[in-house]
Order: sequence, then structure tokens, then C-alpha cells
Amino acid sequence: MAKILAVDDSASMRQMVTFTLKGAGHEVLEASDGVQALGIAKTQPMDLVLSDVNMPNMDGIELCRNLRQLPSYKFTPILMLTTESAGDKKTEGKAAGATGWIVKPFNPDQLLTTIKKVLG
Amino acid sequence: MSVDLSQFHQVFFEESYEGLDAMENGLLNMDMDDIDSEVINTIFRSAHSIKGGAGTFGFNQITGFTHVVETVLDEIRGGDRKMDQSLLDILLASVDCLRGLLQDLQSGDEPEMDTANELKAKFEAILSGQTEGSAPSSNGASDSGNSQSGNEDQNGSTPDGGGEGWFIRFIPEPQLLQSGNEPVRMFRQLEEVSEGKMDVKVFHDKMPTLSAMNPEHCYLSWEITIKKNVDRAQIDEVFEWVIDDAEVHIEPLVGTTLTEEPAPASPAEVEKPSDLVTSAAKEKVPEKADTKAAKKPPSSPQTQESSSIRVSIDKVDSLINMVGELVITQSMLGQLGQNFDISRIQRLQEGLAQLEHNTRELQESVMKIRMMPISFVFSRFPRLVRDTSRILNKKIELVMSGESTELDKTVMEKIGDPLVHLIRNSMDHGIETPDKRVANGKSETGTVKLTAYHQSGNIVIEIKDDGAGLNKEKILSKAIENGLITEDQTLTDEQVHDLIFQPGFSTADQVSDLSGRGVGMDVVRRNISALNGTVEVESFPGKGSSFIIRLPLTLAILDGQLVSVGDQTFIFPLVSIVESIQLEGRDLNNVGGYSDVLLLRDEYVPIIPLSGTFNLNVESKTLEESIIVVVETEGEKIGVVVDELMGQQQVVIKSLEENYKRIEGISGATILGDGTVALIIDISGLAKMAGVSIKHLDASTIAA
Amino acid sequence: MGAAEETMEQGNGTPHDELATEQYLTFIMDNEEYGVDILAVQEIRGWEEATPVPNTAPHLRGVINLRGTIVPIIDLRLRFNIEAIEYGEATVVVVLKIKTDKGHRTMGIIVDAISDVYDVPIEDVKNTGMGDNANVRFIKGLVTVKKRMVILLELEKLLTIDD
Repeated sequence: MAKILAVDDSASMRQMVTFTLKGAGHEVLEASDGVQALGIAKTQPMDLVLSDVNMPNMDGIELCRNLRQLPSYKFTPILMLTTESAGDKKTEGKAAGATGWIVKPFNPDQLLTTIKKVLG
Repeated sequence: MSVDLSQFHQVFFEESYEGLDAMENGLLNMDMDDIDSEVINTIFRSAHSIKGGAGTFGFNQITGFTHVVETVLDEIRGGDRKMDQSLLDILLASVDCLRGLLQDLQSGDEPEMDTANELKAKFEAILSGQTEGSAPSSNGASDSGNSQSGNEDQNGSTPDGGGEGWFIRFIPEPQLLQSGNEPVRMFRQLEEVSEGKMDVKVFHDKMPTLSAMNPEHCYLSWEITIKKNVDRAQIDEVFEWVIDDAEVHIEPLVGTTLTEEPAPASPAEVEKPSDLVTSAAKEKVPEKADTKAAKKPPSSPQTQESSSIRVSIDKVDSLINMVGELVITQSMLGQLGQNFDISRIQRLQEGLAQLEHNTRELQESVMKIRMMPISFVFSRFPRLVRDTSRILNKKIELVMSGESTELDKTVMEKIGDPLVHLIRNSMDHGIETPDKRVANGKSETGTVKLTAYHQSGNIVIEIKDDGAGLNKEKILSKAIENGLITEDQTLTDEQVHDLIFQPGFSTADQVSDLSGRGVGMDVVRRNISALNGTVEVESFPGKGSSFIIRLPLTLAILDGQLVSVGDQTFIFPLVSIVESIQLEGRDLNNVGGYSDVLLLRDEYVPIIPLSGTFNLNVESKTLEESIIVVVETEGEKIGVVVDELMGQQQVVIKSLEENYKRIEGISGATILGDGTVALIIDISGLAKMAGVSIKHLDASTIAA
Repeated sequence: MGAAEETMEQGNGTPHDELATEQYLTFIMDNEEYGVDILAVQEIRGWEEATPVPNTAPHLRGVINLRGTIVPIIDLRLRFNIEAIEYGEATVVVVLKIKTDKGHRTMGIIVDAISDVYDVPIEDVKNTGMGDNANVRFIKGLVTVKKRMVILLELEKLLTIDD
């Protein structure tokens, strides 16, 4: 099963994402902002990174850009958790190297369906 | 898979409240002319997270409202909108409104949406009024529409139905792979959508020679024919993420014979997608689209809100340390037990004592977790003062100190409302209008000081204003009018001041915004009494008044000085101890034949023997051999005679009243390291018991 | 559920008699046998030194630490104005817990020795009507078990009145 890094500054979102992914048998690591996520990512490869956009210290876009600089993250799927209204954020995210996005709000089923698109 | 989302609600509520606090703080401290980007980002992020969480957890009332708030904040953040006072007010009102909505939801009630709708309308007016450009994007999104298709609308004319199927041309940019997108996965998804009724044709005409090839680039392109009538949206979704990194043409399949059901009799050029790029895509998971929207149980409208507590890492770390010590002790005892003989009894006893000590410490630390800094309550007051002073047209500055003073969470939760009332009262009745202040030679801006500190095992909270002080005449006439006193009664100042706490007393000349709440000072006093606390008022005409709240720390931690009298141990609150001295030939004066007084430097300090006051039936030392603990209470010093000073330690205050009753001169009990109970001394109570009327004891009486 | 059914079966003809019993823990004090509602008994422990509380009635022997709560200990002999005795091997503290309008109240009573546990049919309990002896207010009633008189205590009063 996949090893997934879940990045969000909201504890409830993080818990929900982690709970859902673990329930589906994945291994999940958590980070509460981009800096922390990057730190984790540097020490170990991931099969997928799920990141919120708006976060303190380092936002999701910046995280994405930084991850793509890492050799082991060149092709790793990175999905941004974003809100519908933030159309330009999607573009920005894509420009920074994000694979795609999951539109908030989403429920656990939507999350699992979406990540299936990029895993395996 | 269905996940019960309600398990995350509590966390969501808590972080949302925190987010709202952060928003409020940010808004209050904002310099409107020069907005700090970090500040506005924090505010925006808080709103954003609340909206996201609310959407996820199905609180659509919150989502809809927060959405407009967020949109406005986003414009401010982007510099597209200027912040001004009225906008600030609406934003602050929104914070309050959201807090209310969250509280309703948390307690399982249907949220009261009137205010939210009003505010929302205001925001919408603001949004449509000025910056037209940004508005449209926000419209559809407010409710959980959640239309996922990335309507890129290239073939805008095509409606949903593909008729007989779809023809797709997919020509990726070479860098497609570097965004983490992988054509194989996309084809697999299409295969699922079309239930296998799909042909894929690959084109490798752009493939360079091996030497010119960049292995990280994609040189292939594809034509896909889907022979099934699926929704266009489902196809769009597959290509949603690559629309910018590829040419994607999607056309409805027309005319061709869709009737030939048994699909691909495989023409040579048609290959199964999975064979194409890699074989990793074998498992095709013919899952029935399991998008049955995770039905959560009717979000558990449990009335009993499970409350939780946030604990600082320090406290948790210290707990972990103690558990570590406990484990060490345990393993030491374990080893001792393996080959035990009677010669090692001493070590066993030590070990057991250590174990007991560890356990006790652990217990105390766990108790400490309930203690939180009073800033949790104080933090809402800057806002209160700001808003209220605007309503009152007064200039008022709030000065707070002692925010880190800790008290029990339960006490904290209950002291908020009385404090709000007292602060409002100081602003409403205490502080004068700016012109009146200037006329009286005061600065235009009034000050309300909010102070918290520990004293004699109490938490003391003072609300002090530099206003006009209590208006004695007005209080008296009001009290007479309300039948609280008769006209011929003569009262001391203190008695007059006390009248304001009587039920049915209100001095508000007119029912203002503030006093219209139907809560009087009597309720404040009652609420404080319910916490076993007291509230007093002091007033100085023309200079201001102070309300002093004393609350016991039922569960609080106290730094204690252990003392012994005979074989008994008592605890003095360390904060109230000024010094401890031995009499050693110092002179004691006898005042009026009933009380001993010690001349300590320039002051006469009345002496109270603890054993006498408490009628302890113990052999205690003579006065000469004793120790005098000089303590301060209510601004006065007294000397308490004890036999010996023992150690100092932090103790957890436990209630005597819970199972027994209040004892004069005792504020509570605690459990010592050896498991026995020691009583904690209430200094001011002790002074009262001893009948030391400190205030009347000045040098002149003694000289007599 | 099971218990109720059992009772019904046993009782058969007269189920009401069977249901209307209360269990009492009895103890001895000055050769009298006293009973307390067994449901109120938290635990029974040996006498250990209590911390005296200043300016309280003599029957309050002090407070002890019962797993972190401060629990007052009453000497029942002194409470009932019976001559005090030295505490001995058999001396025990019966820790009682009752519901009050403010929550729960836990207290320990020192008694000479534990005696027995009896099922007492409620209708057998006789009111005392023993005049206005100060102790009567603490007495719920009398009952004869095995030809011995047992004094049943009114715990709500015993644990809340302190004068």
C-alpha cells in the first residue's frame, strides 16, 4: 500500500485525511505546514503528497515547488487540497508542479476515489 | 468505505475557536493603513480553514457564510480592497457571529442564521459594489455545489450526453510526466469509466532518436475511442489535471455502429492500455463506483458536549519525564525482588518510598493539566473594550497584567461572564466621557486595568478604572427609591458601596445598549459566590473604583511552605509569606493585655499563635523557641507562631467542603508526599479568627 | 434482568415480599448492632491516623486521603455520646458514600467491629419513636434479625449533620 504524506495546518482535516487513508490501508505521515512536510519528505520517499494550499510558514504552492527540486520527488504525485473558488490557485499549483487537486470540501469517499487516480 | 465524520467534529470546533481568536486578535491589532501581510495572511488562513473544515464536516451554514468573509479577506490580502473602519467592524461582527454558529452546532442546536444572513448580505453588497471583477467566481460556490468538472469548455457546444461514445485525442506536452501525471493511470481510469469498451491507439511519430531522447519526457500521443455512452463530465474529470499540459480534444462519437457490442476484436493497431507503457497497471479493480456519499449518522446531537483541554507541550513533557522515573523505579524494584533477602529490606523501603513519590508527583502533574493561564479569558476583553467604548463614545484603554496566572479550567469557564459584566460596568458607569474627563483635569482617555495574581491561595482579579468612582448620592437615592433602605438609615461608605450588589439595584440612567441585558451586579456576586469567591468594591470619588474578585483555587496548585506545630503539619501559601524570624530575645509588646505585638523594623505586627487559634491539643514549643512566620493579608502583616519551618513544595489544593464543610482559617487540604493530609491555612481567615483588628492597630495605640 | 426473573420465580406466590428487602451491613458498637445500607458502603478499611481539623466537634477524628480525595472520619461512639475506647485490631472504618443534592458525599465512620450482612424485609423495619434522644435523628428504624435487635442508621442525616 502507498506511503502518503498529508499536509494541512488544520488538525481536523489532517485527522480526517489520515483516518480515511489509514482505513484504506495506506501508511500516512502528517505535517502541519510546508516546512515540516519538506523536512519529512527529504528523509524518505513518498508515493503521494496531499497538501493544503493555505498554510503558515510555507504554503502548499511553495512546498510543491520545493518538492519538485528534490530528485526523488520529480515524478511523485502531489495533490493540492484546494477550494473551488481558488481558480488561480489551481493554475499556480500546476505551475509549481502539482499533479492535480482535490476540491474542498470533499468526503472520505471522494478522497479515496481521487487518490486512486494517481496511485499504483 | 464510510467514515463517521462526527469523530472529527470536536477537533474542528476547537481549532475553529482558536482560528476565530486569531482572526479577532489580528483584526484588533491591525494597522489599517499599513497592513502587515503576515497578519492578514493569518486572518485569511483562519477563515479559510474554518470554511474548509465546515464544508468537509457538513456544516453548510458555516461554509456559506465564511465563504463571503473569505472572499473579502482575500481581496484585502491581495491589495484589491482597502481596509476601513466599517469593514473592520463587519469583520469583527462576523467573528462573533461565527463563534455563535459554532457554539450552536457544537451543542447540537440548529444555528441561528439571522445575524449571519444580515452580515452576509452586507459582504455581498460590498463585494458587488466595488470590485466587479472578482465577484462572479464566488457565486456558485457558496453552497456545496461541488461540481468537480474542470469545465475548460473547449468544445463548449457539446452537451453532456456523448450519444454513442467519445473520441479523444490526447497529445501531452513533453513535460507532462514531471507534474506527476501518468498517462497509464489516466487510461486505466477511462477503462473503468467505459467498463472496458475502449480502444486506444498510440502515436510515436514524435519520438526522437535514442541519443536525442530525454528519458523524462513524454513523446507519445494517443487516440482513444470510448464506445459507451458515458457522461462527458466523467471524461473531463480524467483529463482535468492535464488540461494545461496537453492538447485534449474530446468529440462525441457519431454515426459509427455502436450496436456491435462485443467491442474490440482487436485490430492490429489497437492495444490495451496496460500493455502500452508499463505493465504495472494490471490490477483493474472493477469497483462499483462507491460514491455513496458517506452517510454520517445524524451528527450525534448529544447534549453533553464532551469538553477537552489543550495542554502545553511543557506539561506533557514533564509528565513523560515522570513516567520515565516511574519506570526506572519499577525496574529497580523488579530487580530487587528477583533475589531478595532480608538484608536488602532497607533498599526495598527506599524503593517503595521512591515509587510512592513518583506516583504522587505524577498525580499532581496530571492535576496541573487542568490549570490554564487566565489569558484564555482575558483575551476576549480587548475586543470588548474596543466595541463598548465605541458604543459609549468614550476613549478607553485596557491595560492587562498577570495573564499567565493559572487557574482551574472549570473556574475559568465560569468567571468569564462576571468579568465581562464588571468591565462593562466600569466603562459604562465608571469612566467619564472625554469632555467631562478633560474638564476634571484628567486625560481624555480613561483606563481600565485588569490584573490577576495569586494571593493567599486565592486568585485575585482586579478591575480598576480611573473614572469618577461610585456616586454615593445616586446609589443612596436609588436604594431608597427601590426600597432597599429607608431614608433615615445612616450607612458607612462600605455599606453604601455594597448596595450595588443588592438584587433589584441598577443605577443606569437610561437603558443603554449595555445595561439592557437584564443582568445586575447581584447576579455577578451570586455567580462569584457560587465559585466560593467574593467580590468587593473600593471607590475613591473622582479617582476611580476597583472591583476585587477573590476566587479559591479549588483544584489549583499552590506553592506552599510546610510548617509544624506539635506533630501536626500545616501549609502556608508561599506568596503570602513576607519573612520568617526567630524571636530570640526580641521584644514582644502586649497591647491592651490581650494581644502580643512584635516590633519588626518600623512596624508593629500582631502575633497569632497557631496552636491557640486552632485550639490544637499539642505540645508546642515556647514562644522563645518558636518561629514566627510573618505573612501579609489585605495589605497588613501578621506574625503566626509555629514550631518549625519544614520544606517548601507545590501542593494541589483539595476541597474540604466536598465531603465535609468549610473550616474557618483553612482554605483547603492537600496530600503530602507520604500520603497524609495537611491543611492549608487561609491567612485572612486566620487573622479574623484571632480577632486581630489589624487596621485599628497603629503605633499610637501601642504607645499608650 | 436475570436477577429480576430469578426473584420472580423464587417468590412465585408472593413476589412482593421478595422484592421488598434491603441489604444491610451491620457492625458492633458498645454491644449494640447497627446496620447501614450496603449500597452506600464504599469500602471497609483499618483505622489509620487521620489529620485533625481545628475547631471541629470531637467526633470528627480528622480527614484522610482516600485515593486523592479528602474524606472526613467520624468516630461513631463519640457521635452517639458513647464512651470512647482505644482503637484495637478489630476497629475499622466503614467508608460510606451517599447522594446529596450537591452531588456525592463520602465519609468514614469508625466502628468497633464488622458483624454481618442481612437481607431485611422492609416491612419488618419498625419506627423507633424513642423520644427525643439526640441520636434518634440518625436512626431509620429497628429490625429484629435472628432474635437480635439491629439499629438501622439514617445515613443522609448521619453524614450531613455536623453539630
